[in-house]
Amino acid sequence: MDVAIVGIGIHPFGRTPARSGLQQGAHAARLALQDAGVEWGDMQFAFGGSASAGSADALVNELGLTGIPFINVANGCATGGSSLIAAYNAIKSGQYDVGMVAGFDKHDRGAFNADPKELGIGDWYGEVGLMMTTQFFAMKIQKYMHDYAISHNTLAKVSEKAFINGSKNPNAWRTKPISVDEIIDSTMVSNPLTKFMFCSPAEGGVALILCRADHAKRYTDAPVYLKGATMKSRRFGSFEVFAPSQALQQVDGPTVDASNAAFEMAGVGPRDIDVMQLQDTEVGAEIMHMAENGFCEDGEQEALIQQGATHIGGSMPVNTDGGCLANGEPIGASGLRQVYENVLQLRGQAGDHQVPGDPTLAYTHVYGAPGISAITILQR
Amino acid sequence: MSNQIPIAEGLFSWPAAKPALLASRCKRCGIAAFPVASTCMACSGQDVEIEKLPSRGTLWTWTIQQFMPKTPYKSNETPESFIPYGVGYLELPGGVRVEGRLTENDPHKLQIGMEMDVVFEPYRTEDNGDEVINFFFRPVRSPQ
Repeated sequence: MDVAIVGIGIHPFGRTPARSGLQQGAHAARLALQDAGVEWGDMQFAFGGSASAGSADALVNELGLTGIPFINVANGCATGGSSLIAAYNAIKSGQYDVGMVAGFDKHDRGAFNADPKELGIGDWYGEVGLMMTTQFFAMKIQKYMHDYAISHNTLAKVSEKAFINGSKNPNAWRTKPISVDEIIDSTMVSNPLTKFMFCSPAEGGVALILCRADHAKRYTDAPVYLKGATMKSRRFGSFEVFAPSQALQQVDGPTVDASNAAFEMAGVGPRDIDVMQLQDTEVGAEIMHMAENGFCEDGEQEALIQQGATHIGGSMPVNTDGGCLANGEPIGASGLRQVYENVLQLRGQAGDHQVPGDPTLAYTHVYGAPGISAITILQR
Repeated sequence: MSNQIPIAEGLFSWPAAKPALLASRCKRCGIAAFPVASTCMACSGQDVEIEKLPSRGTLWTWTIQQFMPKTPYKSNETPESFIPYGVGYLELPGGVRVEGRLTENDPHKLQIGMEMDVVFEPYRTEDNGDEVINFFFRPVRSPQ
């Protein structure tokens, strides 16, 4: 039994002082129900996640107390992907016919301040100033630039593209294009990455309605099928965020593992993908994730990005809605935003950020602490 | 003279004439880990022995932390007195790559592959006057 996505809803990302994170989640949930032509009372189950805006299952207070099982998922940046996998399996197993996946969040301004203890690391690690995701991403791209000759200009071009795409997306946070020079000259945060090369914690909500594929046409003329959904944690030897040490012998990270598993599950390869949303918490991540997900060889990004291949009209459009860079990262909602965008793309409803050529296969990827990755492959 | 205490017990030998970072090495698979752990992350083995890591290695990658981190960062600095600091992974031959602060914060004086020594220096002073010692990586010489 295949699984289809038959309804999608989003609350605009960015800052919405008048609404709590929960209310943003409820807004997205109502739109998703409306999109599928169903009522909350039709939902047989729900999975949801929120990192900083309360329990996802508090959504029932907004949507109605119907008695369904609503399970909270907490998996860092992979929360949305993990919720989706849980829902996929719930339907695939035959237990349920139709249900909801929801994610929302509302974070304070500024970088996340993680607690080492929650990850089993000593207090000293945070006290001396190593408990910073920004440092990891900076050090990973620093090494990658050294090994594969990626230029600073290419780093900036990733942000430039993100803000251009954001300007075409009415639900994005950052909607004003910023020049390459302005990006390079903005405040240095963690060398080589400047302020405009990082995404920020933000707010937003996304909800999806999933059902058995053979019921999909009851809800929509344009179902999108979940052909692959995988999540992996790190193996020994991969270079990960919040690691006081790493092994001398390096192995592939969880992105590579989750990506390989997703392609195998879907029975397709990287060359078949028409549009991709890759975790871009900063520009280096997008560059490295292009190769880690199999879309190019290490080092090819320099030419691809300089040639504009990752733009909406390019040969491999990446982060067509502006990605995390233009939308910010509300952790609970971020991975589902990628899926929302891909459903729009596959339905041909993405408006100014629609990729040309009637895309049929779309790919999402998230990466997060302490070394996890989740992938989805969607097909119309 | 003020009392000097390590930032965490068991992270490095202290007090010692020649302090060193401490690692655990798995007796089953031979993989070293820092900080010392009772279980081997490589093979799940639980029989480990503690050893001193080498005091010199090569810089694997680095960055400069340009703004003052929020809590749990704990130094004697204020946002006004904060000085950007280098962070890097030092590859210690035969051991592991250890993440730590660098004594150097000038990006022009840091290069991947440069040699660095592990040094132990005061990091902050507690209210009772105790000096808290942390490990740092210091360039052996300036890059050409």
